[in-house]
Amino acid sequence: MSVDPHANVELPAALAAKEVEITTFPEELKAECDAIRGRYETPRAALMPILWAFQRRFGYVSQEMERVIAAELEIPVIWVRETVTFYTMYNQRPVGSHHVQVCGNLSCSLCGAKETLAMISEELGIGVGETTADGRFTLSVVQCLAACEEAPVMQVNDRYYGRLDRARVREIFGGMG
Amino acid sequence: MSAPKLLSANFGSEVSFHLDHYLERGGYEQARRVLAEMAPEAVIDQVKQAKLRGCGGAGFPTGMKWSFIPKGGAKPVYLAVNADEGEPGTFKDKYLLTYEPHMLLEGMLICAKAVGCHKAYIYVRGEFDLPIARMEGAVAEAYDRGYLGPDVMGSGFAFDVVVHRGGGAYICGEETALLESLEGKPGHPRLKPPFPALVGLNGCPTVINNVETLALVPHLLRLGAGAFLDLGVPTQGGTKLYCVSGQVNRPGIFEASPSVTLRQLIDDYAGGVRGGAKLKAVIPGGLSAPVLKPDELDTEASFEGLKQVGSMLGSAGLIVMDESVCMVEAMRTITQFYAHESCGQCTPCREGTGWLRRIVERILAGHGRAEDTDNLDSIARKITGTTICPLGDAAAWPVMGFVEKFRDEFEYYCRTGHSRVSGARVAG
Ligand SMILES: Cc1cc2nc3c(=O)[nH]c(=O)nc-3n(C[C@H](O)[C@H](O)[C@H](O)COP(=O)(O)O)c2cc1C
Ligand code: SF4
Ligand code: FES
Repeated sequence: MSVDPHANVELPAALAAKEVEITTFPEELKAECDAIRGRYETPRAALMPILWAFQRRFGYVSQEMERVIAAELEIPVIWVRETVTFYTMYNQRPVGSHHVQVCGNLSCSLCGAKETLAMISEELGIGVGETTADGRFTLSVVQCLAACEEAPVMQVNDRYYGRLDRARVREIFGGMG
Repeated sequence: MSAPKLLSANFGSEVSFHLDHYLERGGYEQARRVLAEMAPEAVIDQVKQAKLRGCGGAGFPTGMKWSFIPKGGAKPVYLAVNADEGEPGTFKDKYLLTYEPHMLLEGMLICAKAVGCHKAYIYVRGEFDLPIARMEGAVAEAYDRGYLGPDVMGSGFAFDVVVHRGGGAYICGEETALLESLEGKPGHPRLKPPFPALVGLNGCPTVINNVETLALVPHLLRLGAGAFLDLGVPTQGGTKLYCVSGQVNRPGIFEASPSVTLRQLIDDYAGGVRGGAKLKAVIPGGLSAPVLKPDELDTEASFEGLKQVGSMLGSAGLIVMDESVCMVEAMRTITQFYAHESCGQCTPCREGTGWLRRIVERILAGHGRAEDTDNLDSIARKITGTTICPLGDAAAWPVMGFVEKFRDEFEYYCRTGHSRVSGARVAG
């Protein structure tokens, strides 16, 4: 099944298991949130870093989280919604533990990105937009990662990996929990 | 190849990002001098005389930009550092954030004094985990040791810096979209005027500068305007970081005088075309810059030099293509990118980028029509000059350039349904 991490479709079981229910602002994020607010002139400006804090903690930003954040910042929930949906890096649904994002822009294409993507897809056994049944890997294609000197490039969660070939990809994935 | 390495001497270092290492190299001495004894006008004057040009893409004269900030106004002045680095083919600011974060902070301090600013935001693209960590580390160190905060280096000057993480949107590199994003909103560019120098962040006067632009500032003051200008060309002082990628033997980042030619950058710095293949085309300034052919490469890689051959230096990202590249297929990557990144506010950009993408895709699938090559050109032309921000132009220029310089390849594909280069149908 093809699952766009942003689309409103039923999640495969392994990802559904990662959904969390949030009804009040999480205690453990309160101090960080207050510190963030202290750095910005308006409550609305603190929104993006707070969304990042939620995504770091929960792996995604659910609609319940949007409501909780809006209430905490005392801003309309639509302000939160439009920001979450505008930026591609905020996951609106849970994604695999390792979010594999392969660059498809020009410099990478010139260095074999198309073949690299096909190879990674084969290694993981999933297509673009899909997640492995065990919930470990999600595969996406992204725009230029500003690492064209190491083309072809992918980003897995926070880390960049360049000069990809099959041996290197196996080694990278093999070393992941 | 004799330009000094002002910015790149420590790229790859394991220690250069620490405050102590920077101080050992004479770091913060220029900021200290400026804060202690230089009048704002004198700083701006030096920057103007040195002909420092903005490295974010447009090459705007930095001294002039700073002089637009009203003096002695009631509203606070902000500095927004553009570290969004989204232009495909560009990867220079990443190196500065990672290896020379204090050099950037020193440049910011000098700018702050020159324009009367006490608060800055560094807007870094969201994917840059390590560069963000390095930048945050440097900011924390600088606060700890009094290089940032309420009394910078005992001068009485207050300066606060916040590192802001972007959310993954190319358009947020556009300066007014960046400001919207800093306010927590979607990155929808603003109509200009008013310009950010008068109405910027939170409605206040704001300077927006690229990372590399600001990192050059301490060097400019250390060397003096005259010596700094001598490093470059008469219209552009200092050295420049060039990013070379694509089909070359040694892709990477190179610092050179802007008097360098594109051919030198490709052959001497990046080791020539990979596998000794023949060069076909070069995009000289990030994906938005019109493409050049091999006979145009003895051009000086400066802002003015590239303007003269109908292209632009832009973000100085050179993308090199050899003879095996099908230009119609390369065009698909480009049109997909802009269709994906258009923010949708302006009809010509929102619809036009989609049309361009769909036409290229139908050509590649073998369904090209006789008039499609002209369609691409005329749609692109109708986008230019009609939109709120330059993304519309940035989407149109590469299309116009490809069609102008490789028209026969597009017409051949439309006529036969196959690539003239590979003989194959690339398909949808
Ligand atoms: C669509 C678009 C994307 C841009 N992306 C960037 C970017 O990633 N980094 C950057 O410094 N400037 C970018 N710019 C240019 C900025 O709008 C602005 O001109 C620049 O940051 C000013 O700094 P400078 O004068 O130091 O060059 C972009 C412009 C446009 C139209
Ligand atoms: S030109 Fe495109 S990206 Fe720029 S404001 Fe208009 S629609 Fe948005
Ligand atoms: S094109 Fe892939 S990282 Fe730039």
